[in-house]
Amino acid sequence: MEPQVIIARRIARELAPGMLVNLGIGIPTLVANYLPAGMQVFFQSENGLIGTGAPPEEGMAHPTLTDAGGHPVTALPGASTFDSAMSFGFIRGGHLDLTVLGGLQVDAVGHLANWMIPGKMVPGMGGAMDLVTGAKRVIVAMQHTAKGAPKIVKKCTLPVTSLRPVDLVVTELAVIAFRDGRACLLESGPGVSVAQIVAATEAELAIPSKVPEMTL
Amino acid sequence: MRTVSLQESIAMIPDGAVLMIGGFMGVGSPERMIDEIVRQAKRDLTIIANDTATPDRGIGKLVSAGSVRKAIVSHIGLNPETQRRMVAGELEVELVPQGTLIERVRAGGHGLGGVLTRTGIGTPVEAGKQRIEVNGGSYLLELALRADFALVHAFLADYLGNLSYALTARNFNPVIAMAADTVIANADNIVPVGVISPDHVATPAPVVDYLVANA
Repeated sequence: MEPQVIIARRIARELAPGMLVNLGIGIPTLVANYLPAGMQVFFQSENGLIGTGAPPEEGMAHPTLTDAGGHPVTALPGASTFDSAMSFGFIRGGHLDLTVLGGLQVDAVGHLANWMIPGKMVPGMGGAMDLVTGAKRVIVAMQHTAKGAPKIVKKCTLPVTSLRPVDLVVTELAVIAFRDGRACLLESGPGVSVAQIVAATEAELAIPSKVPEMTL
Repeated sequence: MRTVSLQESIAMIPDGAVLMIGGFMGVGSPERMIDEIVRQAKRDLTIIANDTATPDRGIGKLVSAGSVRKAIVSHIGLNPETQRRMVAGELEVELVPQGTLIERVRAGGHGLGGVLTRTGIGTPVEAGKQRIEVNGGSYLLELALRADFALVHAFLADYLGNLSYALTARNFNPVIAMAADTVIANADNIVPVGVISPDHVATPAPVVDYLVANA
């Protein structure tokens, strides 16, 4: 299974009926594909839509019905649209149950860096800082390493997105929770040993005696 | 409200003006007015908007034409031309978290001096800003933003200037319509008064100064 698919399928298990969820671009977007059949979840696009659905069929795209990346989407029955001020009211105001974002680095206390690489990439933070600061629960979806280098580090060397620690990081190798300033290994990826996880992780992990394999 | 031609609507904007422009990745941007700004070769504009779209779309066209001196936006990641000009020192870019940006605009339009938000604390966004403790929480003081002109794109405008918006083309539009000295609206459809029912007017006519006439 592709790493992205492992990550997306595992995160999909965190969704529950009726939740308001914001999915970032990249791997997070894939999470919607693995929602259990029949489960109603409200997906928010921060450009002003709750009830975001899959991309439309060929020839059915509407130029003013798009996701936050500007790509055509559909609106599910019960969808609603609103302006950007209300959109971020949902995000900061305690109404958003879950945000799933990509990450460049997460450190031992759960700080996320995902919006710039000084001197290299300055895309702007968009909604990421508000999402990480304001959502009730924050999950980072990312591959465990980048070109062999750990992305779960002792301390972020990149500028952080928020001082609010993320709740969970899901990679193709592991599920790691951040509680009381510690990184705790919860689950291992399919066929992955704890030793492999530790070798690919720079941050110190609290490791229980039994680490179950993630259910997908 | 006065109806003006496309040419007149842009001719009233001087070089160096501060403009708020609606749109999110080009969706809901007043493309006709943007094209006319490029045609009239305006210079040294300050643009307050969500993003700079792509080089050939929406606000991106203003960047590509060299009309922009400063951009106050939340995202430039899909416009390499904005990044190139920023690195070359031709364009000043102030990056603002999206929720903070729209709330600063809202504050400007609603008579508030600023807003308190937790967003940005402990990040580079905090630099130079005041941290305020309220009810046991820490917040950044983010100051209100206003503009000389708001360029608004609506789905429907009636003859009086009442506006309504469509789907995700709403985004910044109704918020900027409150926050500028002069508000110029362009609509996909100009309709008789009464076609937009009162409950569906998102921007009431009194805040709209000019409506751009159909070609």
